[in-house]
Amino acid sequence: MREHGAMVVNALGRRVPSSIADREQVPYRGIDVHRPEGRRWGPTVASAADYPADGDKRLPDLRAALEACGLRDGMTISTHHHLRNGDGVALAALEAAREMGVRDLMWFPSASFPCHAPVTELMDDGTVHHIEGSMNGPLGAYCSAGRMRGMGVLRSHGGRWQAIQDGEVKIDVAVIAAPTADPFGNATGSRGPSACGSINFALADSLYAEKVIVVTDNLVPFPCIPWQVQGNNVDYVVEVESIGDPAKIISGTTRITRSPDRLRTAEMIARMIRDAGILRDGFSFQAGAGGIALAFVGFLKEMMREAKVRARFVRGGSTRYLVDLLQEGLTDYILDGQTFDLAGVESIAGDPRHVPTSPFTSYNHHGKGNFASMVDVAVLGATEVDLNFNANVVTHSDGRLLHGIGGWQNCLFSRCTVLAVPSFRDRLPVIVDEVTTITGPGELVDVVATERGIAINPRREDLLDALAGSDLPIRPLEEIKAEVEALCGGAPERPAITDDPVAVIKWVDGTVIDTVYRVESSSPFGS
Amino acid sequence: MNQARGSGALHSAQAGRRGEKVRSDLHVTFEPATTGGIEVVVDSRVALYYGRAIHEQVEALVRLHGIEHGRLQITDAGALPFAIDARVRAALVRAGARPAPLGRARHPPDRVPKDRLRRSRLYIPGSDPKLMTNAGLYGADGIILDLEDSVHPDEKDAARWLVATALRDLDFGAAERMVRINQLPAGLDDLDVVLAVRPSLLLIPKVESAEQVREVSARVDACVADQGDEVDVWLMPILESARGIEAASEIAAASSRVAALTIGLEDYTADLGVAKTPGGEESAWARSRLVNAARAAGCQAIDSVYGDIADLEGLERWGRRSRAMGFEGMGCIHPSQVPVVHRAFAPEPREIERALRVVEAFEAARAAGRAVVALGSKMIDPPVVDRALALVARARRMGLLEDQREDGQG
Repeated sequence: MREHGAMVVNALGRRVPSSIADREQVPYRGIDVHRPEGRRWGPTVASAADYPADGDKRLPDLRAALEACGLRDGMTISTHHHLRNGDGVALAALEAAREMGVRDLMWFPSASFPCHAPVTELMDDGTVHHIEGSMNGPLGAYCSAGRMRGMGVLRSHGGRWQAIQDGEVKIDVAVIAAPTADPFGNATGSRGPSACGSINFALADSLYAEKVIVVTDNLVPFPCIPWQVQGNNVDYVVEVESIGDPAKIISGTTRITRSPDRLRTAEMIARMIRDAGILRDGFSFQAGAGGIALAFVGFLKEMMREAKVRARFVRGGSTRYLVDLLQEGLTDYILDGQTFDLAGVESIAGDPRHVPTSPFTSYNHHGKGNFASMVDVAVLGATEVDLNFNANVVTHSDGRLLHGIGGWQNCLFSRCTVLAVPSFRDRLPVIVDEVTTITGPGELVDVVATERGIAINPRREDLLDALAGSDLPIRPLEEIKAEVEALCGGAPERPAITDDPVAVIKWVDGTVIDTVYRVESSSPFGS
Repeated sequence: MNQARGSGALHSAQAGRRGEKVRSDLHVTFEPATTGGIEVVVDSRVALYYGRAIHEQVEALVRLHGIEHGRLQITDAGALPFAIDARVRAALVRAGARPAPLGRARHPPDRVPKDRLRRSRLYIPGSDPKLMTNAGLYGADGIILDLEDSVHPDEKDAARWLVATALRDLDFGAAERMVRINQLPAGLDDLDVVLAVRPSLLLIPKVESAEQVREVSARVDACVADQGDEVDVWLMPILESARGIEAASEIAAASSRVAALTIGLEDYTADLGVAKTPGGEESAWARSRLVNAARAAGCQAIDSVYGDIADLEGLERWGRRSRAMGFEGMGCIHPSQVPVVHRAFAPEPREIERALRVVEAFEAARAAGRAVVALGSKMIDPPVVDRALALVARARRMGLLEDQREDGQG
């Protein structure tokens, strides 16, 4: 079963395991308290003498490549989510491993999607032992039900880089899906029939994994220009007919929400940014592809035009809404983490001001700084927020795994972090006394924006002062909570959750911030 | 014998909605019984959190209807308590139970002046609880819970309960609480339910004669007298036919409760047999006629709705023309229309500035005991002063004047 050491209490008062299997864990100690020691992890030194001088590293198929990598029982195999719900490579790699008769793999995806649901069968038959990465839908349900043999570990995008470079996770074989590559292994996501924009979620794996396989359905003669993954880090290249379903890799177009509540919330956030004086020449913001975030960009754009200000850079999840800003001259650069729609893919391929970034440059906490803390405003979501502004993005209120962390934890370091949430979903209030799983500490959450008003973290006196003259509905979080509970017929009952850990949530510095427990009853919520 | 004060035997009945796409609503099935007490079975998306609360609420409602035995199956998609209350009532009344009292409004309105600001009124279908919950957040001057065209004929009774429990339990903030009743005579039955929970204004559809308004007014008088305390309930007849427009003057003067007249352009143009165009030339005369009749009777003229929710620029153009014709507001069918309508019906800054100068000159003349008001070298006629006073008062109510002063100081 899921071996773990004694449960200890961390700095947020949450119980976390002191060790997982044989790996000792550091309980969360507070923001910027824990410091890493030692040197970065590195793979074995390779010699060009062992690689073909003509640069042709091709093997006929994935199985041949996995065999050449020496894949065996108990190893760690990594894949990446830049093909999102259209990914055909992760499953193909794991299925090739099953055919080889390999067992007890640790699967280390940068994120998982509904298309990866069949991995539950590979866990049932013993091919995969456990997952360290995001688990949603059927995978989340599988883990939450206690069916996974090992302890799940959820990390942010930055935390994944940190765990790899610190040697916390040693990747034996990385399998990188590449929309375009050459036989040497240079690879990019910006071109090809399965173009997805950036593939930099795989960058850490290419640098630190013992063996690296590039899988492509668009092989070009050397050199693949420009490359995002460098062939000098790649062991083998496999050409396949298709790496995935382009229709599910990229949405043709992303659309702004029509929900009046979400539009209202988005507009209030934009007005807040303006009224607080954050909207000024040279500012920066990050907004993803969620409904409220996209609408926020729309409102902000109007205000930027009106105030005649220009951003120095914007970060995303890029979509046509960010691309429009770039083309209209309302921002100098897009620093792109991942690319969500066709307009984004075209822009990243053709516009040098649209720059692919990596979790290293954007998010890694164990580096010499990162971009996330330089962003003026980040608009994020959450499933629950408590009165201390602690927030949950990974579990539903019944304790079941629901979402991965993505870049969420990393983005909390922006100068003004806004959680945009509905005040209730169905009948369930989003503002609670205590969140089910702390994914981010309240000290880093500056604003909670709901359709019923905006709550500013009392720690941010500067922000409260800056907004003193604003006509926005700025209200204490307690007041919004009480109003919603009156509407919903009182505070919800808290469902019983077991004390049997199934997964842990890592903080950006590798410490354990909270624990996810086995859930007994099947949830009435759809996945 | 099964129960329910004087309503005879009960039969099985259902109410509400269920299905994969339904959210914030529920479905109720009631099966009568003669023994065994009340059995409530709850299947809910939020059972873990509110299962017990739903159970208790439903059981109490059944007892309130004087029913002692029977089985209720609740299929709930995260409905709020006001919706649960309404759906259970609808099922029980459909089963033959006598309607139970609603109780009092939790957020009763302040007294509403007859000539209150009515730039925007937001239509909310009376059959969808999800759209009602946050209706008060969008800044509309009025919220109309609609029992008429947006409600399927088979659902009229259920919508009545939903509108009533929404008015009783929800806080619509500063918005005027309005209900559009059904065309008479069915609309009179709506009144029996909704007046208990204090709407501030009733819209009466398809009015063609003063008599229809008097009927509603008399029913309101009777209900309000029953309630014991003094409540203002205003009426807004909707003229939607050639006959209605011809009778505009007598309709406006039919009752002292008539606060405004409005027009329904879809039905009106259909009655004329002409197409409704973006420019609205085909209804220009009818709308002018309505403005004149309303002003002659001392009430407001309010315009129809703009049907294309994607075209906010067209809406703003329409609104500006409406204002120029003498209308004081119009209907909204989506919250995104509300700020656009408010902008369209706001006086231009230049107009406000000029009016302020006229008012200032008027006050200076009065202080100096002069009968003649002059602005620079020009003499100002009394109607100009009156219009300026009215415009300044209106701008102040819209919150436009304070802003200007702040800007001026800043």
